[in-house]
Amino acid sequence: MATITLDKVRKVYGGSVEAVKGVSIDIADGEFIVLVGPSGCGKSTLLRMMAGLEEITTGEIKIGDRVVNNVDPADRDIAMVFQNYALYPHMSVYNNLAYGLKNRGMAKDEIDRRVKEAARILEIGDYLERKPRALSGGQRQRVAMGRAIVREPAAFLFDEPLSNLDAKLRVQMRVEIKRLQHSLGTTSVYVTHDQLEAMTLADRLVVLSGGNIEQIGAPIEVYDKPASTFVASFIGSPAMNLLKVKADGNGLALATGTGLKGANVKGRDACTIGIRPEHLEVVSGPGEGEGIHLEASVNVLEPVGAESYLYSSFADGGDEILVRVSSHARHEPGEKLYLRAAPENIHYFDADTGRRID
Amino acid sequence: MKKVQFQSPWLPYLLLLPQLGIVTVFFLWPAAQAIQSSFYLEDPFGFGSTYVGLDNFKDMITSTDYGRVARFTAVFTFFVTVLSLGIALLLAVKADKVLRGASAYKTLLMWVYAVAPPVAGLIGVLLFDQHVGPIVDLFAMFGWKMQIGVNYFDTSFAMIVTAVWKQIPVNFIFFLSGLQGISKSVQEAASIDCRSGFRRFWTVTFPLLAPTGFFLLIINITYAFFDTFGIVDVIVKNEPGNNPVTLVYKVYLDGFRGNDLGGSSAQSVILMAMVFILTIIQFRLIERRVHYT
Ligand SMILES: Nc1ncnc2c1ncn2[C@@H]1O[C@H](COP(=O)(O)OP(=O)(O)OP(=O)(O)O)[C@@H](O)[C@H]1O
Ligand SMILES: [Mg+2]
Repeated sequence: MATITLDKVRKVYGGSVEAVKGVSIDIADGEFIVLVGPSGCGKSTLLRMMAGLEEITTGEIKIGDRVVNNVDPADRDIAMVFQNYALYPHMSVYNNLAYGLKNRGMAKDEIDRRVKEAARILEIGDYLERKPRALSGGQRQRVAMGRAIVREPAAFLFDEPLSNLDAKLRVQMRVEIKRLQHSLGTTSVYVTHDQLEAMTLADRLVVLSGGNIEQIGAPIEVYDKPASTFVASFIGSPAMNLLKVKADGNGLALATGTGLKGANVKGRDACTIGIRPEHLEVVSGPGEGEGIHLEASVNVLEPVGAESYLYSSFADGGDEILVRVSSHARHEPGEKLYLRAAPENIHYFDADTGRRID
Repeated sequence: MKKVQFQSPWLPYLLLLPQLGIVTVFFLWPAAQAIQSSFYLEDPFGFGSTYVGLDNFKDMITSTDYGRVARFTAVFTFFVTVLSLGIALLLAVKADKVLRGASAYKTLLMWVYAVAPPVAGLIGVLLFDQHVGPIVDLFAMFGWKMQIGVNYFDTSFAMIVTAVWKQIPVNFIFFLSGLQGISKSVQEAASIDCRSGFRRFWTVTFPLLAPTGFFLLIINITYAFFDTFGIVDVIVKNEPGNNPVTLVYKVYLDGFRGNDLGGSSAQSVILMAMVFILTIIQFRLIERRVHYT
């Protein structure tokens, strides 16, 4: 168990590609941190620097009280789970788990005890003598997890460990990882590009974009108060509707000219407003209740089971907006919708920088 | 793959005919002849031959000369195989570390492979030339006066070095592609599990490279046995005398220099049997190799 401290960590590849641009994070002991962001945002690079697989260009990484910048990966007291599992193909499952312990000179019966214990927790006891190639993807994933937990390390590092599994197994393993992490209480850093996985697993989310931190916070905080348009569109599914608006005599106007009633621009002449699809309420007529009122027509109706999504557009074209409705609500393509968003559910972002305005 | 159906059932055989012809004329027929003449004593002046049963084989096995050459061939094969595999593996591991340099490395070393064995032999001979050879000069500086073609040990040394020199690139290419075939994340997982790079090599990299290694072992034994004819020939310059030669070279010497066709045929039959066994082992290994990864 340990804290992990990143202080202005930068990574430059080959003298020109700046993959991580000065990232600072304080990870508490036992915390489950998820690094999330689109492909190429530098999350693997950041994780690999913590593991010692990638050199730190500038800045400092501490595990516990120890600066590990120049510490060998094997001496950092971390365990890593890789996306493609990275099991040793020529070793049995038992030896895959035991390998890291043997190399640390642990006594045979202690190794045996730990391997058996991990096998019991992960339900891989029946395969201990098999080679990895004789296992299914899900079983390999468990072995990879087992190899991490037998070490009883100060921290677990996960790099998209579930992305090679099918959807059902992914959900199952996700729950299992969370349960396991809770019962072991080991500090964990988990990398994913899947915002749902990030939301469900994290104690705290770190949203990355282009090598920078966009926002750090508890999942619900990030969801409720996204710090930028980037976070707003990345976290939450379906994504938040973002509309560019200008100040108008009696409220706001969309860039295309359609007037919006009943909201302010917080003293600016232009900004971006964000409304989540679930916060758009279908009302029976124009101008009912306070908040923003919109009129749009339904283009496509997408039922997904528990709910349906209405892809709608304004009378004069322009941005499309997404409305989430109950699957039992009856709507038709071409139908005219009167929509309302309550004032507390409207997010304002700077028109130029995209940062949140409160 | 697309399956093609021939109109006539004979056409495929017709198309195969040239290849079958070549195999028959240049391999099957001489092989059959060799087997046949290994049971006959050929008159050196070409006046007929007498059936002698297994006498040629008995003579061969009991002859001290054959024993000497067989021993040298064994030693030669051992050194060539071990050194060319060992050095190539070392180079491949180094090259694998600096991946960016690898392609330059690869081309550079492939050049040597592109040089045909007799030419490699010639270059080797040049390097070992009594008067202008840089290697001879080099060793002379350390007080070793090499006498290639005269001194048995010096000649063996030159042969082995030249044969190794010629074979390293092939082994290197195979080892390097074998190394690059090992998943990067497996190597990384190992670097988290094991601090000592040396230990990591022997417990993870080497076992994963073993299929390539086995395969190359067979290839190299075959090479040292048979493909070094050109090198031996150029180094001993047709003057075997007391010089070390390999079994294959002795077949040529006895048959075409000594005019002992029967004896030389018996030797070549033994060699054929060895190729046969090596080929079987190799096929077995290739089959097993498929299961890895
Ligand atoms: N070895 C390398 N050499 C040069 N550039 C690299 C190297 N590794 C990564 N990069 C670059 O660094 C940036 C961040 O890469 P990284 O692998 O951290 O992305 P990621 O967030 O993990 O993306 P993904 O979700 O696709 O895995 C990318 O632009 C990538 O091209
Ligand atoms: Mg990645």
